[in-house]
Amino acid sequence: MNNIPLTIKETQEGLKSKKFSAVELVDSYLAQIKKHNDEYNIFLTVTEELAYEKAKEIDQLGDFSNPLSGVVTSYKDIFLTKDVRTTAGSKILDSYIPQYSGTVVKKIEQAGGIMIGKLNCDAFAHGASGENSDYGATLNPWNREYVTGGSSSGSAASVAANMSLISLGSDTGGSTRQPANFCNLVGLKPTYGAISRYGVIAMSSSLDTVGSLAHTVDDIEIMYDVLKGEDGLDGNVLNARRYTLNPRPKLGIAKEYFIDGLDSEVENMILDVKKTYEKMGIEVVEISLPHTKYMVPVYYIIQPAEVSSNLGRFDGIRYGNDRNSFGEEAKRRIMLGSYVLSAGYYDAYYEKAMKVRTKIIGDFDEAFKTVDAIISPISPTPPFKLGENTKDPLKMYLEDLYTTSANIAGIPSLALPSTFSKSGLPIGFQLMGPRFSEHQLIELGKKYHQEIDYKPKTAF
Amino acid sequence: MLYKTIIGLEIHIEPNTNSKMFCSCPQNHFGAKPNSQTCPICLGLPGALPIANKEAINKTIKLGLALGSDISKISKFYRKHYFYPDLPKSFQTSQKDNPFCIGGELMGKKINHIHLEEDAGKLIHQDGNSLIDFNRSGCALIEMVTEPVFHNVEEVISFTKELQLIARYLDISNADMEKGTMRLEANISLSTDHGLQSTAKLPDYKVELKNINSFKFLEKALIAEIERQTIALDNSEKLVQETRGYDENTKTTFSQRTKADSHDYRYFVEPDLAEIKLENSKFEILNSKLPELPEQKRKRFAEQYKISSDYINILVSDFDRANYFEVAVKLDPSLTKSIADLMINKQFDKKYAAASLVRKLKEITNVEYSSQSDLEEAIREVLYESPDIVTSYKNGKGQVIGFLIGQVQKKLGGKGNPNMVNLKLTEELTNKNF
Amino acid sequence: MAKLTKKEVQHIADLSNLTLTDEEIAKFTPQLDKIIEFIATLSEVDTTNVEPTSQTTGLTNVLREDEIKVDNMLTPETDYYKVPSILQNRS
Repeated sequence: MNNIPLTIKETQEGLKSKKFSAVELVDSYLAQIKKHNDEYNIFLTVTEELAYEKAKEIDQLGDFSNPLSGVVTSYKDIFLTKDVRTTAGSKILDSYIPQYSGTVVKKIEQAGGIMIGKLNCDAFAHGASGENSDYGATLNPWNREYVTGGSSSGSAASVAANMSLISLGSDTGGSTRQPANFCNLVGLKPTYGAISRYGVIAMSSSLDTVGSLAHTVDDIEIMYDVLKGEDGLDGNVLNARRYTLNPRPKLGIAKEYFIDGLDSEVENMILDVKKTYEKMGIEVVEISLPHTKYMVPVYYIIQPAEVSSNLGRFDGIRYGNDRNSFGEEAKRRIMLGSYVLSAGYYDAYYEKAMKVRTKIIGDFDEAFKTVDAIISPISPTPPFKLGENTKDPLKMYLEDLYTTSANIAGIPSLALPSTFSKSGLPIGFQLMGPRFSEHQLIELGKKYHQEIDYKPKTAF
Repeated sequence: MLYKTIIGLEIHIEPNTNSKMFCSCPQNHFGAKPNSQTCPICLGLPGALPIANKEAINKTIKLGLALGSDISKISKFYRKHYFYPDLPKSFQTSQKDNPFCIGGELMGKKINHIHLEEDAGKLIHQDGNSLIDFNRSGCALIEMVTEPVFHNVEEVISFTKELQLIARYLDISNADMEKGTMRLEANISLSTDHGLQSTAKLPDYKVELKNINSFKFLEKALIAEIERQTIALDNSEKLVQETRGYDENTKTTFSQRTKADSHDYRYFVEPDLAEIKLENSKFEILNSKLPELPEQKRKRFAEQYKISSDYINILVSDFDRANYFEVAVKLDPSLTKSIADLMINKQFDKKYAAASLVRKLKEITNVEYSSQSDLEEAIREVLYESPDIVTSYKNGKGQVIGFLIGQVQKKLGGKGNPNMVNLKLTEELTNKNF
Repeated sequence: MAKLTKKEVQHIADLSNLTLTDEEIAKFTPQLDKIIEFIATLSEVDTTNVEPTSQTTGLTNVLREDEIKVDNMLTPETDYYKVPSILQNRS
């Protein structure tokens, strides 16, 4: 197969019209993997046999009406897949074989998706570049000197490198949106409580969400509809009523976003986005999110605290390796977490952070009284080179400036590719909306891409 | 030197729900094959998430209501962190601020609170290894903490026994110490301050007694520990805060070497469990009437039935026997005393259904025999008339009862029901003070 | 703001069930210091009378019916999980 289709619609049309078979699709993706994976370090486990098995099944069935029929999917290695090695990007779970599959994995299976493998990521999802994986960094398919972004590094790279059509990542502080951004993909961080986390290795329980990455907003929409909903296993999931779209939506950009650290290329892109929406007749106003500068400190208290708790179970007694196998960043976060929860510091740090969190949610509630969605940068800079930020963990934490707010407030955010930087790397932005407003964001995203005549592209 | 004993209790009760606290595995693990009742949630596997068992909460509230606790309007679960192999997540999901029940009282002893949590697995030590069975991991566990208001061993025993009975009456648990569905930990210290006010200063240490699995051992352990502390204080030794167990062989308590005072549990609210709003609409138990409790039943029996308080205590201490008694008496109230006698002295309720027992009694008392009242009258007369014989009997000459029986039958013209005569005569001889 | 001492870092490591080498402690201490200084900026925010948020869903009373379900149960991999004997008791 020469041209692998880049959308679900094209894939299913091709299958229906017998232009190609599901098995041939798998052939093509596997060929890509065999060609480039060693160099770019994207997949940790390739499930060749399972993929062919499923593809044959689908070809035999001949009915491609299931929402994800024939769609080749890859999973960040924090999604538990029954009988298939799941490492969380960490040496701790080097040879861990789960005894059950998570809800979203099952949903995709049932919808006709074909799993092709498990993806590299920052160990236990700690990181904003992919450089914290215990298995080595994933390289950006657009330029191998650059990072893919993290922590769902492999998720973004696999789609950008045409090794799968869609992929699943997680988003706790930007981990789906940021790599989507660095790899020219559409990425969705859903509302906290829209998609079940059962079967996803937990990092920060009140911040974790299941993220999806694809080439187009249409595909993200299909994924979201397949994944969302109560499953009786994640008590925080709610079947929300479908969001009423505003026929005349209004957008906002927070004045607090324009700080010194914001790269001029990114700033210009944001201003272009504003103009594009205005050209469509959509008003874009200035809003204020007064607690923006506290996003990162709040995040770096709540997240490590919950992480230190969730990673306590990895003691090597019943499965996995012992705690000496934790990488540096994991150890750092666990230590920080224990510290902010410890007697004598709990009030000043953890409880304080939870209170500031309430104020941040208040900021968004207030903003959404006047606007339907907020335009924001994802990363303060275009993609950076490998090794640029690794010496200073604090510098890496500041990468999360724009992304953590959606996790803290529990609101959805859609990452949209916009343009390319001078050095040829992707730059994009995100649209944040009120809880359960995914379909509104999707509408706005589709409009934007239509207006700029966006065409999906892969790096190779 | 005489010290004031100060004891506070932590009592764990395993509620008799069908499923565990946060997953749908079976709650009842008695006798189950090791690790046969587990799932990702109670094994604490990566990716697993908890959902709270409504009935476990109901039972906790029920207990609180029965003991006069205040039921919190909002209640939350917390993560309590420590590392131990039988704790698969390395934290226990429990409660801290906002437990379900606050305060309360039983037999005049104040309760601090009652909360709900999950249990850990079981560790078994064998050949230098520790083996873990996770069947018990994640099981629901109700914990009651009392104020340090017990001052002697008897109080502790009677309190615990009454609590056990209440748990059975409420049908929240079998509260069986031997089976582990009720577990007790006692915090003991001795004070030189004999002040009666609650503001009397508490000693600066307390010893936690754990792993006691019967009332018999509880009593012995408490006595042994009080003695140990008394001797230590008499010798001006400083007592440390520690955990101790009881050794039946040496009849002493021994240290279990824990870092008892250095636990920083790093509690925080469990984000995976939504807070519980205790409103009538969700928890019908808040609206309903509680079943009759043991103390209420004792009072009612004393008013309703003319039987001794000893008999009442025995009957009430077993929910089923008390019911049996009432069913039988309802069938023929005139046989109340006989029914009680046969149940308590001869365990007839183990052999016969209530209706059968009553029928049997009716046979004994009705068919061609003298009436019950005539029989009892005759017995009274004979005993009154033969004080020397009675004394002989009381001095151990059991065989003289034959003579007495003969006398009774003579008075009844031989129409006395032999079984009833024997029974009644024996009862009168052993009960009355002659 | 007082800097972390080696003893404090050791204590945090103990709480976290992590065994750190002297090198690791030396490496982590200034890093943690810097991060802690950074997160301490939260003290600037006025949070009087503000309730803490534990999670964002606003849900309450998410409860499960008291039923046994065998679907989710796992067949045991082993009779018992073995650990070298625990000398210290849990608290």
